[in-house]
Amino acid sequence: MSIRVQNIVKRFGAFVALDNVTLDFPSGELVGLLGPSGCGKTTLLRIIAGLEAPDSGQVFLDNHDASTADARERQVGFVFQHYALFRHMTVFDNVAFGLRVKPRRQRPGADEIRRRVQELLSLVQLDCLADRYPAQLSGGQRQRIALARALAVEPRVLLLDEPFGALDAKVRKELRRWLRQLHNALHITSIFVTHDQEEALEVSDRVVLMNRGRVEQMGAPDQVYEHPATPFVYGFLGAVNLFHGRINGYQLQVGEENLPLAENGFQSGTEALGFVRPHELDIDTDLASRAGIEARVERVLALGAMARIELTGAMGETTCHYEVELPRERAAVLKLSAGQIVRLKPARIRLFASDSQSAEQVPYLPVEHMVGGYGENI
Amino acid sequence: MTLVPPPPVSDFATVRASPEGGRCEGVWTLDGILDLEQRLLDVQWPSGALQLDGSTIRALDTIGALQLLNVIASLEQAGHTVHLTGLREEHQALLDLVQQRRGSGAAPPPSKPANFLERMGRETIHHLYGSFTFLVFVGEAATTLGRLILHPSRFRWQALFANLETAGVHALPIIALLSFMIGIVIAYQGGQQLKFYGANIFIVELVSLTMLRELAPLITAIIVAGRTGSSYTAQIGTMQVTEEVDALRTIGIPPMDLLVLPKLLALTIALPLLTVFADVLSIFGGMVIAQTLLDVNFQDFLDRFPQVVTLTSFLLGVGKAPVFAAIIALVGCYQGFQVRGGADSVGRQTTVSVVESIFLVIAADALFSILLGGVGL
Repeated sequence: MSIRVQNIVKRFGAFVALDNVTLDFPSGELVGLLGPSGCGKTTLLRIIAGLEAPDSGQVFLDNHDASTADARERQVGFVFQHYALFRHMTVFDNVAFGLRVKPRRQRPGADEIRRRVQELLSLVQLDCLADRYPAQLSGGQRQRIALARALAVEPRVLLLDEPFGALDAKVRKELRRWLRQLHNALHITSIFVTHDQEEALEVSDRVVLMNRGRVEQMGAPDQVYEHPATPFVYGFLGAVNLFHGRINGYQLQVGEENLPLAENGFQSGTEALGFVRPHELDIDTDLASRAGIEARVERVLALGAMARIELTGAMGETTCHYEVELPRERAAVLKLSAGQIVRLKPARIRLFASDSQSAEQVPYLPVEHMVGGYGENI
Repeated sequence: MTLVPPPPVSDFATVRASPEGGRCEGVWTLDGILDLEQRLLDVQWPSGALQLDGSTIRALDTIGALQLLNVIASLEQAGHTVHLTGLREEHQALLDLVQQRRGSGAAPPPSKPANFLERMGRETIHHLYGSFTFLVFVGEAATTLGRLILHPSRFRWQALFANLETAGVHALPIIALLSFMIGIVIAYQGGQQLKFYGANIFIVELVSLTMLRELAPLITAIIVAGRTGSSYTAQIGTMQVTEEVDALRTIGIPPMDLLVLPKLLALTIALPLLTVFADVLSIFGGMVIAQTLLDVNFQDFLDRFPQVVTLTSFLLGVGKAPVFAAIIALVGCYQGFQVRGGADSVGRQTTVSVVESIFLVIAADALFSILLGGVGL
């Protein structure tokens, strides 16, 4: 079933949680709603589910206006971040609950309920735990039971609110893969909310990036990653290095130095922000070369196949942080040490005009965040 | 973010005094404005109108622009009128932007402690609003009840019986003990006075009427409010925190149906029964005191009891109980749904629930006394 939200506005007091959001969720797709906390993604999900009423705007389910419909009339399955399992019921009863409380005419018989619950429990690979209580399960198991419970009522839409947010990194990775497989098997229109860009890019058919109650970009994961529409999207989808400068012909002038540009859609003299991913930067130890930008090595972290090098501006300015990812062999050849002055050479720069409307948001983000990506997933 | 090396000292931002005012020089950037205030201390400003020449500013960033605006503001505060002229176009644009935006980021003026009237006004509005939402809740419960009367098959009997057990049966021991002791206290205190006049036998009227009409329903309601009303709030509040209430709604059960109505009905049935139970035990407490201290034995007590106690007195007492029950259940559930955020909110709303339901029960009891007195009962 397709979902469409149109011109949704939601305020909490003076805070605008959703600012005129219009989105289409095509039938059968798994869409990730991605954004920093407080960007309105959970509110949007709750509005689609009917748990929250928008101040204005409409929700269409299968092209029918469901804006005034009650949560139960919308037939959505909702999975909550903290599972929301009924504590006093066994796993079996939790999953069966949605079926047992149906009005008598729609309610399946006891045997049918038993069969369906067993089927769902084996779908989430927990059929052996039917008699346990939620408190006796691990977080990952609870979340799978919560998913089985949501699926029990045969929802037309599945909504997941940060489903893996409360789980540890390893379980999260496992469940991610499992959720993808489950969706491939069921093909039910699903929306899931997350603040973890890796999760969204890995699991979804399509990603919606939200910031401050607005949609920044929507598209396939590789598309948004390769072609971010706004500086916010670029910064949110992974670590970035930021170069603030001015366009000068086919060069980005950063301070006293110049970065060559392969192509350039901007006029000379435009203030611009250059974004470079850590793996797109190379390090040159030859200081005589005029290419690139000077920087001082702060720390070299060799973990696994990649080495991560943290640098600051050559003069030790605290506001300039850079992060470079090199193959380990390359790092070994360079023999970098802390305090060394090197030159950074970007292989690719993505430019945004400083005064573009979306670019305006960049200075609000603390510099560390812009460079380090969003916390957990550097 | 740029890699500009710190400027040499000669480049630091400063203002040089000139006959018509001053000339801004140097690099007005984060690095350049270091110790700007120190340097400006030495400037000899001409008095009156000042002309600040901005054409010699070599670089300007937002912090520099902010600083420049601050300099102008402090000069104006000192009684000068300041004209900034000759700024480069892009510098002027940045300065305008900073001027336009900085108001929004300024700290709000320190709020004065609200005076008594203001506080009282705010509290009144707050409570009126609270009463209004409570009435909305009561209305919703009433319509749900009406719907269920039309479709009794949708009623959750299982939840009703479970609630009857926890709110009714499990409350028996504490109700028994407390009402027995209240009976003893009333009989003992009253008995002292009666004994003084030799009117020992009137202990029957004293204990029976006090307990049946007023104290037994009230005490039972208060115990139940503390015991059951609070647990309603805590239960619904916890479910609210763990999103179980939302889960119910998405599964397709209105929380009203499952969480409120069975509790409301169970308590409306249980509280009158508990009141009768409290009647019996408190009178028994009175009888014990009558026998041990006042020489009125059980036989005399029970002989006189039907002569002085009318059925009306008993029914009036028990009749109040369903009203008290409705108050306790509705307040308890309503406060549960008022829980927002985390566990601390559950505790807060539980306290509010107990205080409010006891308050409303006593207020309702007072109202009953006046109304019943009015019709001569």
